[in-house]
Amino acid sequence: MEQYLLFAVILGMALVTYIPRLLPALFLDQLQMPSWLQNWMKSIPYAALGALIFPGILQVQEGDLSPGIVGGIVAVILSFLKVNLIYVLLGSIFAVIGWEYIRG
Amino acid sequence: MERVLKTAPMGKKGKSLYEGILDGFPISIGYIPISITFGMIAVQEGLHLWQAIAMSVLVFAGASQFMAINMLTIGVGAFEIIFATFILNLRHFILSVSMMNQWKHLSKKSKAFFSFGLTDETYSVFSMKRKQREQDKYYIGGLIGMSYISWILGTVIGGIFSNFISPLVSVGMSITLYAMFIGLLVPEMKKSWKVTLIALSSILLSIFFNFYIGLSSGWSIILSTLMGSSLGILLYKEEKSVEKEVSI
Repeated sequence: MEQYLLFAVILGMALVTYIPRLLPALFLDQLQMPSWLQNWMKSIPYAALGALIFPGILQVQEGDLSPGIVGGIVAVILSFLKVNLIYVLLGSIFAVIGWEYIRG
Repeated sequence: MERVLKTAPMGKKGKSLYEGILDGFPISIGYIPISITFGMIAVQEGLHLWQAIAMSVLVFAGASQFMAINMLTIGVGAFEIIFATFILNLRHFILSVSMMNQWKHLSKKSKAFFSFGLTDETYSVFSMKRKQREQDKYYIGGLIGMSYISWILGTVIGGIFSNFISPLVSVGMSITLYAMFIGLLVPEMKKSWKVTLIALSSILLSIFFNFYIGLSSGWSIILSTLMGSSLGILLYKEEKSVEKEVSI
């Protein structure tokens, strides 16, 4: 991506992130959110994570599905065991490095 | 202990600031490894160090920053990245509504200023603190400042460090982002079948949009997120709203 465009992306991201945080600070008195909308928004992070993980994880390495699968499985197992997030990351990284190393 | 605190030489403002920094400390501990990871990945994927730092300074929303880097690497267009960021961070609107209800004693100016620092983590600490009225601007500033600084600091450290990483390690690092997403999602799925259902249906939708419809990954993520999360409207119908749950 072009440099100027990349900076525009960063600025755009900053703007669309700050506005939803700011609006309630300015107009809370006039705001009444229906509960169905609140429930929808509450669910967004989970749906977003799901969509972000799959199928994107398969494209960790161009043209090779296996590193993503190996790293993904290790991450799922570790996080299922409720280890700290940092160990999930480390475990998954080492699994992929190990996998790549074994295969040469 | 009460007495010591009361007679401490710090003024009320100083004490508030100190408590804010103290309460922000656990957030910092959580933020530093994640922001180091962010800085590393961002630079690995071809951003300049200052661009990675600019993103942390200006956006200050972890998940969307990782998502943006991910979308940049797979070649998603600028508008789609910004729109996906908007969708992903729309939930801050909810947090902000809930928070501003508790910060009624603050001036509009302070509220507008501090709203920038609302993240999932700062929000949960603020909302779990019992004495909302004692949350003056020094306390809030201390807590948000602590979190914000560690977010930026981690980005700087990670960005610099990424230049010293071997190619083999760099392949390993490319999984980090997904490992983090998994590490955030799986424990929540374990706790609640509703979360599991929402996440799984979003994954199925994402597969559908990617492979059957052939949409770009950016739009596929946006649509799956919106549609998958709308399931929450039905699932949480009988439950109290987020706002009611947290304002004890």
